[in-house]
Amino acid sequence: MDYLYFPGCTLYTKAKNLDTAARECAKLVGLELRELPNWTCCGATFPLATDNLMALLPPSRILANAMKEGENLTTLCSVCFNVLRRTLHLLETDAEKREKIFDFIEMEYSDGFHLRHYLEILRDEIGFDTVGEHVKRDLKGLKVAPFYGCMLLRPFEEMRFDDKENPRIFEDFLRSIGSEPVDFPYKIECCGSFQSVGAPDVATECGYSILTSAMRNGAEAVVTTCPLCQFNLDTKQKEMKEKYLDFSGIPVLYFSQLMGLSFDLPRETLDFARNDVDPLPLLEKKGVIDGGTDR
Amino acid sequence: MKFEISGKTVHNELAQTVEAISGQNLFACYQCGNCTAGCPVSFAMDLGPHQVIRHVLLGLDSEVLSSNTFWICASCLQCTSRCPKGLDIARIMDALRTIVLRKKERLDHIGTADLTDEIIDRTPQIAFISGFRKFLS
Repeated sequence: MDYLYFPGCTLYTKAKNLDTAARECAKLVGLELRELPNWTCCGATFPLATDNLMALLPPSRILANAMKEGENLTTLCSVCFNVLRRTLHLLETDAEKREKIFDFIEMEYSDGFHLRHYLEILRDEIGFDTVGEHVKRDLKGLKVAPFYGCMLLRPFEEMRFDDKENPRIFEDFLRSIGSEPVDFPYKIECCGSFQSVGAPDVATECGYSILTSAMRNGAEAVVTTCPLCQFNLDTKQKEMKEKYLDFSGIPVLYFSQLMGLSFDLPRETLDFARNDVDPLPLLEKKGVIDGGTDR
Repeated sequence: MKFEISGKTVHNELAQTVEAISGQNLFACYQCGNCTAGCPVSFAMDLGPHQVIRHVLLGLDSEVLSSNTFWICASCLQCTSRCPKGLDIARIMDALRTIVLRKKERLDHIGTADLTDEIIDRTPQIAFISGFRKFLS
């Protein structure tokens, strides 16, 4: 299975721990990832003002570039995925805007192009059963709360990723790698998103509500698929602990790190040192790993 | 205090501009409050999204444009997802943001000079790119 791969701004930098593990796991399950040449920023937000065509140029350029290079494109970052999928939907359905945009960027549009999120590929093309066959390390039924966030799911009419109120793809994935998914009511809530820059205290509250809900439902760890969610849930636990003195915190990992752990990838690949809340003590306590430190 | 509402009131300029930019029919809102109930950040808003829509239709421009609602909005689309009338409320919030940011006077909502090195170092780029799109003129 051949896919062009769009990393986006954070995957090679602050979210390296999402990228490296995902790419190594892809190799093992037969997913060939070829980095999209000359990729540029997606813009990080799909323009909601209907007259804002300028903001559609960055994602359109990426899609046009990918259409030139191949037929399939995948990405890991939820934000990039949302922007690209919504842009593709707009280009497919609004001929007038499509013509204006492609005329301006002086590139060609091709029909029949496929954009899929890494998890969709695992679910629909590789199959979670096949994923399960590559599991070599027992996760000892680690109780993991899957955090979907908002960008993967909404708006449902355009994203069509999974059910918008009660999605299951992440839970099915977690089961396939040997962990026990924990359902919790905040799994599709917003982490606060860019309010971590605009209204940081509001974002702290969002993250706190999500994590405490997961913990109340028995989660031992939380798993994300978005570098911004990861920041709001992992890195910002510092602010949460300052505000809520009785907040004990919980490890938050990228799904690819957990997947890579279950595939028994070398520890450096999993890059746990980048997770602000150290997951190793939990993993050691559960008997998933033998110990040692990554930091 | 006497408050007159006429056809002219509800078809005011702000309402028309919001409808044009958002592509939404504000009159479809029947004030059920689903949006405000589902909004993850409404706890920090002085007006809930459904109240904002009503304010716009009633021509209460200065109250709406001085509220913090659309600045706190995280564009998570839960409101849009839940609206029983199919309104894209996230677009309505963004339209109000856009109206303010497109004014001639530069009205940036955040001060980029306030971003310390520490903030820049720890925060993923996504937050800045999308944040600047939402908050800067």
